[in-house]
Amino acid sequence: MNPLLFGLFAFLMLAFGVSVVVNRNPVASALSLVVSFLCLAALYVGLDAYLIASVQVVVYAGAVMVLFLFIIMLLDLKAEERRKFNKLAVGGGALVSLAFAAQVIGVLGKFPKGNQPFPTLKLPPDETLNDIQKVGESMFSQHTLPLQIVGVLILVATIGVIVISKRELK
Amino acid sequence: MTITLNYYLLVSGLLFAIGFAGVLLRRNIITIFMCLELMLNAANLSLVAFSRFNVGPDGLPNFNAQVLVFFIITVAAAEVAVGLAIIVALFRARQTTHVEDIASLKF
Repeated sequence: MNPLLFGLFAFLMLAFGVSVVVNRNPVASALSLVVSFLCLAALYVGLDAYLIASVQVVVYAGAVMVLFLFIIMLLDLKAEERRKFNKLAVGGGALVSLAFAAQVIGVLGKFPKGNQPFPTLKLPPDETLNDIQKVGESMFSQHTLPLQIVGVLILVATIGVIVISKRELK
Repeated sequence: MTITLNYYLLVSGLLFAIGFAGVLLRRNIITIFMCLELMLNAANLSLVAFSRFNVGPDGLPNFNAQVLVFFIITVAAAEVAVGLAIIVALFRARQTTHVEDIASLKF
């Protein structure tokens, strides 16, 4: 991927990720999350994963985020009022995630294989990467059982949502 | 300067750390839920980066990782649907989305 484009999209993704965490208004958080997911889809395109990029845009930035915004507006949530917050929890949370980031940087420093450039794809002449076909073949030949289980899982989730939302509150 | 695997893993790790910080710091249950999605996406990014890095003898990326990402996205979508239904039920019962007001299960 072009280093300039990678830097732009990675920076935008992380900046809007921070904006999800620091915004007090849930609607602003949700809209920042949409931009973050779109930049992530751009990074997927840079990694030649076109199917995953389009699924990311359609499912995450489309369906999931519409659901989030719908619920936020249904519950009519206002910006969180300032409460006195638990200093121990805030300090502990910041410390744990900074320690995690430091760990990642430390481990990556000792991973020389990751400093090699990405190998180039060997494609037949005048053909482009047909990743939809390849992912589909892999999914329907090698991974049939997980596919069926995921299908049942979605059915269970649908029925569960109906049961949860129809039940009368006592 | 070429972009190598480590750059993607670093960005993925930082995104995970941001989501993790959000889950620990925020007190609004919907924002916590959004930060969980951020963490799932960070894992997906490193999977796709490894898939592109691991080019097989046929000269194509390793598509097993992309199938796994596809399953993760599906399960995450189901999880969002169920989680938001629970949040709506909770809001109807308690009129709050603040986690400190919901402490019945707290020891």
